[in-house]
Amino acid sequence: MSSTAGHALALRGLTRRYGSFVAVRDVSLNVESGEFVTLLGPSGSGKTTMLMMVAGFTEPSEGTILLDGRDITALPPERRDFGMVFQGYALFPHMTVAENVAFPLRVRGLGRAAREEKVRAALDLVQLDRFADRKPAQLSGGQQQRVALARALVFDPALLLLDEPLSALDKKLRGELQEELKALHRRVGRTFINVTHDQEEALRLSDRVAILDHGRLVQQGSPLELYERPATRFVADFLGRSNFLAGVVREVRPGAMALVAGGTRLVQAVAYGAPKLALGTPGLLALRPEKISLLAEGEAADTEVAGEIAAWSYHGTGFALSVQTVDLGLLQVALPAWRAPIAPAEGMAVRLGWPADASVPVAEDSHAA
Amino acid sequence: MRRDLGWWALLLPAFLLMTVLYVAPILQVLAISVTEPTLGAQNYNRLLTNAGVQRVVWTTLRIGLLTTALALLLGYALAYVIALARPAAQRWWLLGVLLPLWISVLVRAFAWVTLLRRQGLLNQGLQATGLIDAPLPLVWNEFGVVVGMVHYMVPYAVLPMLASMREIDPRLLAAARGLGASRGTVFGRVFLPLSLPGVVAAAVLVFIFSLGFYITPAILGGGKTLMAAEWIKLQILDLVRWGMGAMLATVLVAAILATLAVFSRVVDLRRLFGARA
Repeated sequence: MSSTAGHALALRGLTRRYGSFVAVRDVSLNVESGEFVTLLGPSGSGKTTMLMMVAGFTEPSEGTILLDGRDITALPPERRDFGMVFQGYALFPHMTVAENVAFPLRVRGLGRAAREEKVRAALDLVQLDRFADRKPAQLSGGQQQRVALARALVFDPALLLLDEPLSALDKKLRGELQEELKALHRRVGRTFINVTHDQEEALRLSDRVAILDHGRLVQQGSPLELYERPATRFVADFLGRSNFLAGVVREVRPGAMALVAGGTRLVQAVAYGAPKLALGTPGLLALRPEKISLLAEGEAADTEVAGEIAAWSYHGTGFALSVQTVDLGLLQVALPAWRAPIAPAEGMAVRLGWPADASVPVAEDSHAA
Repeated sequence: MRRDLGWWALLLPAFLLMTVLYVAPILQVLAISVTEPTLGAQNYNRLLTNAGVQRVVWTTLRIGLLTTALALLLGYALAYVIALARPAAQRWWLLGVLLPLWISVLVRAFAWVTLLRRQGLLNQGLQATGLIDAPLPLVWNEFGVVVGMVHYMVPYAVLPMLASMREIDPRLLAAARGLGASRGTVFGRVFLPLSLPGVVAAAVLVFIFSLGFYITPAILGGGKTLMAAEWIKLQILDLVRWGMGAMLATVLVAAILATLAVFSRVVDLRRLFGARA
């Protein structure tokens, strides 16, 4: 089934308005051939509208969609040749599993013999060959999801579109199917575009993630880039957890700067070529809880702050501490449980520290329309 | 045990009412059909030998089937439009479908007579525009009966079909198009098969109703197109041949029960009568 390679998709200035409401605002995105791209955002961020425009069910108000450089903006969905896995799978209840998978081949006028062979291959691919004669209602949620995948892939589509493919499944099954989906993407070598609100799923599955908020593309990049170098407060907060440290820029040197918040000096590494904040302006840093360490007596760090444990909980792999500080407010700290330097207790005084490259400068969100 | 008995006792009045006022007369009709004028199956033999009886049975079946086919066709188109309309528009469409149900069948039959008779609106209109020279025979024949019956039955055809169309997940239609099916193929391979239970339910309902029609064929048939119900009335009230009338009535009940028995294997009859499983 991997006779042809994946195809490349380019979105240029895509906008969709509903009356005065702008669901998607001027989004441009390139999806390379064979890439697994996830559109990630909270509900109402416009990610589903984006997918529906790519699939052809929703017409863009402005902008163009290019497939391998060819303009397909005006093409109806049935002529785009995209495979799609719908939310809730949308399997045809009156057809068997095999008939469901054969449907896209049948409407393309494929002969019976060729059809049967391809259906068998597709059901093999998702390990459902034994269920060919069942009706969808007789399958579990995970099996239905795999039928939907087989049906979407059987006709060698140019792209595979996935609309919240795992959201209807329980947590454990979701984890298993994430692995399967990733393996499937590697096996078929096709271009996948996935839509989800689940940040963990996005990080685990994708080659690249595009984060949407209020209809805008906020940031795109590899999962590692997005997690380590979020550009805005929204991205840092939505993808994993972050502490936000606000201060005023007091020193700017090559490769580093320092912010001051009350009596605390925040030392921040600045990557070469990154835009620098001007002296005297307010700045915002995002700091992941797992990058904060507990300082022992006499130990030093680029940034140090004293506080008192306000609350704590134990999660097996680690402790989650909430530390109250005077200058930075409440800080969330993730402390590995194994050989932890302290036994946490409420009211315990602690000294926290982190290196200059642990935090990242982020922009405040601008939601002004 | 005793508690159970108490519950059953509560059902007793309803049970008696049903047997005394409903089942008993039907049994009596059955009895009359084999005892009048003398004991035996001579009335039923007429079904095989008497051309007049056969003509009535044949006319009833023909008009019943024709009415069912036409009501289903019109009803399906209506139900389809309603099912795909926006919710606000759906309410108006439904009102339009249900409105005729609140008008007396007698009023509607006479309304059709005034429209279709020789000096009626339709014939005069057609003559005025010069499309025809002489008035068309539109009423007091089988055509008029079918027009009136189809008009009466369309709402009964729409409702079960609409119910079954509303259960179709619209995402299935989108999925079919996304997988490469044209609008026509989506209809033929997905929408139509999924709405079929409603079509069968509507067909059973309309056909059974049509077999027993009395007022509409009596008025619009003008005594020339005899259907079973009118013929039974003729036998019993005008000719006082109770045995023959009761015989055809029994045949009618048997035909309806047979239809229900056959289709109960195909569709869920509870659906037909509004109950949900």
